[in-house]
Amino acid sequence: MEIFLTYLTVFAVGGFICLIGQILINLTKLTSARILVIFLLAGVFLEAIGVFGYLKDFAHAGVTIPILGFGSNLAKGAIEGARISGLFGALTGGVKAAAAGLAGAIFIGFVVALISKARSKP
Amino acid sequence: MKPDKEETKVYLEKVRENMPKTRHISTMIRAFITGGIICCIGQGITDLLKFLLKNADETEIGGLTTIIMIALTGILTGFGIYDRIGNFGGAGSIVPITGFANSVVSPAIEHRREGIVLGLCANMFSIAGPVIVFGISASVIVGVIYLFI
Repeated sequence: MEIFLTYLTVFAVGGFICLIGQILINLTKLTSARILVIFLLAGVFLEAIGVFGYLKDFAHAGVTIPILGFGSNLAKGAIEGARISGLFGALTGGVKAAAAGLAGAIFIGFVVALISKARSKP
Repeated sequence: MKPDKEETKVYLEKVRENMPKTRHISTMIRAFITGGIICCIGQGITDLLKFLLKNADETEIGGLTTIIMIALTGILTGFGIYDRIGNFGGAGSIVPITGFANSVVSPAIEHRREGIVLGLCANMFSIAGPVIVFGISASVIVGVIYLFI
């Protein structure tokens, strides 16, 4: 029963975040790059003021799978780096924490693009 | 010949009249459902990894979940399936990390025929580039601010 409730929360919160994105698109005709940037910066901000941890405890993947989670990872890494090794850590920490997403996207994108053919969009 | 102002105005009004109306409620419901399902898949992968790798810490699980989600998106984009999900889900397919992965893979495939270096690699970040620039810059700013408080 508990696991059902967890997934329901994940579905509702994740869906709600995407709903906000859709409202932004409908009202302002923003392109997808701008939407991604807005949500990423929101994630960085939420982590910086220390709210993201509570959201994560409540909604799990509902907030970490949206690009908010990527932004929070970046900010969290930078803050941790700053605490451990000062200015150098502040500079390197963010990329270090986001390395999984970055390296994954670059490598998988490269391989997939090499082996697949371009096709017309639906 | 330059069209005068009156003509432009009439023309723009006509364009506005004939533009397909955005169906707000329908797109919003579809974005909600798509985004919710993608997040649930992510939660499922996290739970599965927690079950399989009992002594991995939380950051490791999170990183692996991200990589698996990105890999799945890459494959779906390669087969042209993710574009269809995007057509249905709108923002529901953009806001999750899978949308970021799609925005890397999709232009890379599109520009593949222009060559590997100047086509594929150069265009890989034509959409995702701003995300990385803003993200890393913001993280450095947050880190530096944290040094002073």
